[in-house]
Amino acid sequence: MGTIPKEDMPTVGGGAMMRDGRLTVDDQYVPVERGTAALIGAAAKTSEVIGIPAPVAYIAGDTGRGLGSRSLYKYMIDVFSEEYFNTFTFHYLQPIVHCHTRLQHVIRDMKRKPFTIADAGFMYVAKMSGYARMYDLFTPDIGELAFLADEAAPHPFYTRGFILHEENRIEDLITRAYKNSNAARFLLVKGRKDCLSDGEGILCEVDSPVEEAMEAIGGTGDTLTGILSALISSGMDVKDAARIAMKTNRLAGSYARPTPATQIRDIINHIPKALEDILSQ
Amino acid sequence: MLLEDLFRRKQKGNLPGANECADRGIMVFDHTGDVIQAEDILRKGGWEVRVMGPPPEIRTGCDLVIEFPLIEELNILRVLENERIIPIGIVPVTGPLLQPVNLFHTKDFGDYIMVRAANMKLTVEKKTGIIVNISGGGCPDVPFLASRMVGRNLNEAPSPRSIGHTLCGYALQLAYEEVQRRCSE
Repeated sequence: MGTIPKEDMPTVGGGAMMRDGRLTVDDQYVPVERGTAALIGAAAKTSEVIGIPAPVAYIAGDTGRGLGSRSLYKYMIDVFSEEYFNTFTFHYLQPIVHCHTRLQHVIRDMKRKPFTIADAGFMYVAKMSGYARMYDLFTPDIGELAFLADEAAPHPFYTRGFILHEENRIEDLITRAYKNSNAARFLLVKGRKDCLSDGEGILCEVDSPVEEAMEAIGGTGDTLTGILSALISSGMDVKDAARIAMKTNRLAGSYARPTPATQIRDIINHIPKALEDILSQ
Repeated sequence: MLLEDLFRRKQKGNLPGANECADRGIMVFDHTGDVIQAEDILRKGGWEVRVMGPPPEIRTGCDLVIEFPLIEELNILRVLENERIIPIGIVPVTGPLLQPVNLFHTKDFGDYIMVRAANMKLTVEKKTGIIVNISGGGCPDVPFLASRMVGRNLNEAPSPRSIGHTLCGYALQLAYEEVQRRCSE
């Protein structure tokens, strides 16, 4: 669930397919640049490889005014009242606290709660509203981890300098985020070294292959969250899914022989081979 | 009433520690007249705003402030500046002493330079000044800004300040200004 940067994109939900580099959601063409489209594209590719049904995506057009986000929050309250998903990933949405709170109450009341993953703007609103611990998994990058660790910051824009200075001390930031109840049950931190942690500490790390250019490429975090979402949806254990997703995303990036100017669609095309290679090891 | 129903009813309330005003900000002005004008402009623009007394941490400005949706700071600031109404301060409701990020991380890739401000990264080819990638962020204007800026020269691309809407857009503006400064050195 997330927004697409096209004002005229209606709020739609349906199966997501990735064919010949083109993403469709409920037969609507969606350009794959970065953000939620990259996440959905990566999840669709992953689902194909592991042989599970195509993911269902809920999207709305929003260029930052928040209208599409509001529509999507409202739409999802109705969807969650009627449908069950075993895994749900929330992504690029305008952080609006009262909309999030209403949606969170609906999720909390579900008889069978899905495994909930929050990334991007939805992770921001989950933390800023005080509901972080209601989620199963957050997927921050280093800058976002500093925001989660800063109990006072309502948005990464206001992360305090003395915490940003701690960015090389990932374990300390993770501890601080959990101490202040600003983390989900699991955190997958994306960075030079990717790691999965819970409130007890780091559970697994992946640091190869290293492609320095990946940090500059918009959407590489989104593809990691997309791969991970599909793997967890297949019933895989969180730790196994995280390890495979972190390795696959890095390998797909490596196969693309990236430069800082590489675009994310070039990496998404390599996800199937990278995933097959990792699964066959 | 079943115990389960009672439990569910109790759960309906917000969590302890939940903060319903965490996405609100406060704008401080020099004069009460500016507050009244700003309120009028923003209400007409469809924003939920309210005039209130300033929190004790804010000791500058007049006796009234405007509470507004903080995430939309960049868009709201642009609208007010177009009307020549400039706030003297903007702070989050939940942290009136917080300041915008002022720490930049720079990474040199040889032919490219990347600058990060808070959660936003902007990468430029040094030789041409072309913006080759925008990464990070979580508000919906980030993919929109990237679609308008990537592939264009720093001097020709629209600035985040001119077309962005949110705090992520604002962070990208800071990265954009920093990379411009570095490329002009």
